[in-house]
This record gives sequence, structure tokens and C-alpha cells, in this order.
Amino acid sequence: MALELYLDLHSQPCRSVYIFAKLANIPFEFKAVDLSSGENYGEGFGKVSILRKVPVLKDEAFILTESTAILQYLAKKYSTPDHWYPADMQKRARVDEYLSWQHTNIRPHGSKVFWFRGVLPVVTGAPVPKEKMDSAMEDLNTSLKLFEEKFLQDKPFIIGDQISLADLVAIVEVMQPFGTGLDVFEGRPTLKAWMDRVKKEIGVELFDEAHNIIMNVALLPQTFENKGLPDALKMRIMKMFN
Amino acid sequence: MGLEIYLDLFSQPCRSVYIFAKKNNIPFEFKKISLMAGEHYNEDFGKVSAWRKVPAIKDGDFCLCESVAIMMYLVEKYNTPDNWYPADLQKRARVNEYLSWQHSAMRPHGSKMFWLKLMIPKVMGVEVPQEKMDAAIEDLNGSLKLIEENFLQDKPFIAGDQISLADLVAIVEMMQPVGAGLDVFEKRPKLSAWRDRVRDAIGSELFDEAHQGILSAQEMAKTMDGSKLQHFKPKILKTFL
Repeated sequence: MALELYLDLHSQPCRSVYIFAKLANIPFEFKAVDLSSGENYGEGFGKVSILRKVPVLKDEAFILTESTAILQYLAKKYSTPDHWYPADMQKRARVDEYLSWQHTNIRPHGSKVFWFRGVLPVVTGAPVPKEKMDSAMEDLNTSLKLFEEKFLQDKPFIIGDQISLADLVAIVEVMQPFGTGLDVFEGRPTLKAWMDRVKKEIGVELFDEAHNIIMNVALLPQTFENKGLPDALKMRIMKMFN
Repeated sequence: MGLEIYLDLFSQPCRSVYIFAKKNNIPFEFKKISLMAGEHYNEDFGKVSAWRKVPAIKDGDFCLCESVAIMMYLVEKYNTPDNWYPADLQKRARVNEYLSWQHSAMRPHGSKMFWLKLMIPKVMGVEVPQEKMDAAIEDLNGSLKLIEENFLQDKPFIAGDQISLADLVAIVEMMQPVGAGLDVFEKRPKLSAWRDRVRDAIGSELFDEAHQGILSAQEMAKTMDGSKLQHFKPKILKTFL
């Protein structure tokens, strides 16, 4: 049985896994999970993972969640080129350092801006209160600043001359708020130059294909109107506000 | 110059790195950074850790932050026993999976209890509203439940028969709310049994030594001068209130 990847390309970690699998020519079956309809809370998906998150990898009987773990697993199993997750101890440590840091910085901050700009107004019918939006933007700006100053500095990629899993995981997160029409690259030439380099390494076609859904997030209102808002989503939104 | 590890044992990720290094007899210089005294804002420390967090290491010229990355580096450099970070693809993946998941689940939920119960009343001089406390406890319970049902299941340790980095990172996070007076192991026999196994595998002396500070946090809080902790105020206002 082929490798199965449970994905929704609205999700940043799904995009990094998708892009990596495609780039490395890893054969897999794309199992679509529709987050906007709450499919991840359904009984079917519950049999795959009770953590109720995507992406999920299913390799025969072996089920694995968490994109960074999945990426590391694929890199090893399919012996992908060294630069993705270098054998060199210090270079690998730099990748690990980024993959760890991003969980509590760029990832939640970029996500929050996406929710506040792209989802909440659709669901609540009103823009998010200015105070909350400003706070979210401040956090995102801080993360992007640290990213440029500490992780990128004057290197072409996070760990040096070549692209790695760190850049892949970074780019999909940066694209999330970008998808709502917020130009995160404006006034950030270092970030923009890095994005162009990463996009080129990945391949424009694959990059654009993976990001097509998020770049068309304006279609979300129609989606919710057609399908209604799942309860789990309502709860999550309430929590975000508080 | 040998390996320097910058630590404050009040911090959960510092405890996992400390325990790991000691357990594996890795020679290092313990560079104490007192978070309470705001020492992480010192200029010198800023050269080691650009975002001013502990733990951090300095190995010659090589500086590294993030406990998970640090431990993986130490595993590799000092060739520690396989069980900590198994070479087996699927076992290693299980460890990686937990180390990733915990960042946005067990870690913040356990941390929050410490802040809500101890730090905020001390720094801000107010008790946290019951509603917020209840919500935080609910989140923590959710994480603990997932650890039992998804990560542990009926195995002795997260990756299988032996302790790994995953268990180490999990236990230090669970001890944080315990230090704040919330016994997460009470009425959780499965988790308690796992905790005992982990403590045994680490060695009770080392485990207790590493947790001495956090377990006396409640006592300490009684005598701490809240006015000296005002540097925590911005974080508290932004994150919790």
C-alpha cells in the first residue's frame, strides 16, 4: 500500500509536507481532509489520529503526526539530498533550532493574523477589534524581525548556502498572512530576496500550486455560506478571542 | 574552553537539558542565569542567545538555543545511548512527534498554571479570575489526557520500552504545575506509574536535585518581593491578562 498523506493545503504544515514529498519524488496518496467543514473532528479521521490535526502520515500500519517529525522521517526514509537535513552536526543543529523556535513564534503569530484577517471577519460579520489586531500584528512583526536578524542574517538560506527543511517550514508560515492580502514582504528586502530564492529552489510551479488555496482565501466566505460553520470551528474562534 | 550551558532550573527546558547532560556524564560548565533577577537581559547573555531565552549552550564558538535542538546536538556529539534518540526510523519519529506536539500543548498549558497560580498574583498583586483559571485547567487536562491516550497508551515510555528525550521533555513540563501546587498526577494512576518509571530511569537523586527549585516555588513565593519582579509585567499583560 502506498504512503498516505492526510492534508489540507489551507494548513501551513500540510504545505511543507506536500512540497517536500513532491520535490523528493516520494510517491504518495493525497488524502484530502476538509478543515473548513470540520472533517478532522469526524469519526473517520478520528481513526487516523485522535489529535485531530493535519498533516498525518500513514505508512502501512505506522501513523505519524506533526509536520516536522514527518519531514524528518521522509528525509531519512527516502535518503533525500543532504542539504535538507544535513548530517553535519552544527548545520543540523541550526535546522533543529529553527524547527523548534518557530512553533511558538512565526507559526502562531502568522496563523493568528490569518485568522484575524481572513476567517473571523467572515464568521462574525465584523472586523476584529483594532486593539486585538494591532497586538497580533506586533507579534508577527517581532517574529519576522527576529527571523531576518537572527536566523537569516546575511546568508542566502537559514543554515547557509543551501535550502533546508528550516526554509521550507518558514516559507509556508510566512505565506499564511500573505494570503490574506497582507504584504509581509513590503519594507523587508532581506525577507523578499530570501522568499524569491526559496521559491526558485522549490520550483515556481510547485510553490504556486501548493499555495493556490491560501492565495484564494477570499473564497472562504462562500465556503462557510455553503457548508455552514462547524461547531469545533466556532469553539476555536471563541477561544482565540479570549 | 569547554561546553557552557546557560540554565535556570525554574525553567522546564533547562531542567531537561540539565538532567540529560548530567545523566550522560557530559562535562559542562553550569552558567546560572536567574530569570527572576532578569539576568537574561544582560548584554553578555544576549551574545549567546539572541532572543534571550534559556537554555542556551556555547560550545567553543558555536552557540545554540532551544532545548530540543540542544539535546539532539548533545546526543550526536557525545554519542549517548541509543534509547534517548533511537536510530530506528519509527522509534525516532515517535520521539520527534512528541517533541514537536508538546510546544503548543503540554508546554504552554503546564507553564500557564505556574504563571496564573504563582507569578501573576506576586507580580500584579491580584488573584487571577476563576474563569481564566478554570479555562487553563481545562486546557491542561486536555493535554494530559492526550499524553495518556495518544502518546503513552499502554507502553512503559513514549517511544516504547525505554526512556527517551520525549519522556524527559514531558516530565519536566508536568512538574511545573506541580511546583505551583497543582498535582497533575493525582487521580491519574497511569501517569503516576509512568512518572515513577521515568524518575527511576533518570535516577531519583538527579531528578529530585533538578526539581528542588520548582518544588519550593510556593514557599519562595511567600517571601519574594513582588516589586523586584516588575520586568515580568509586560509579558503577563500581553500573554495572560
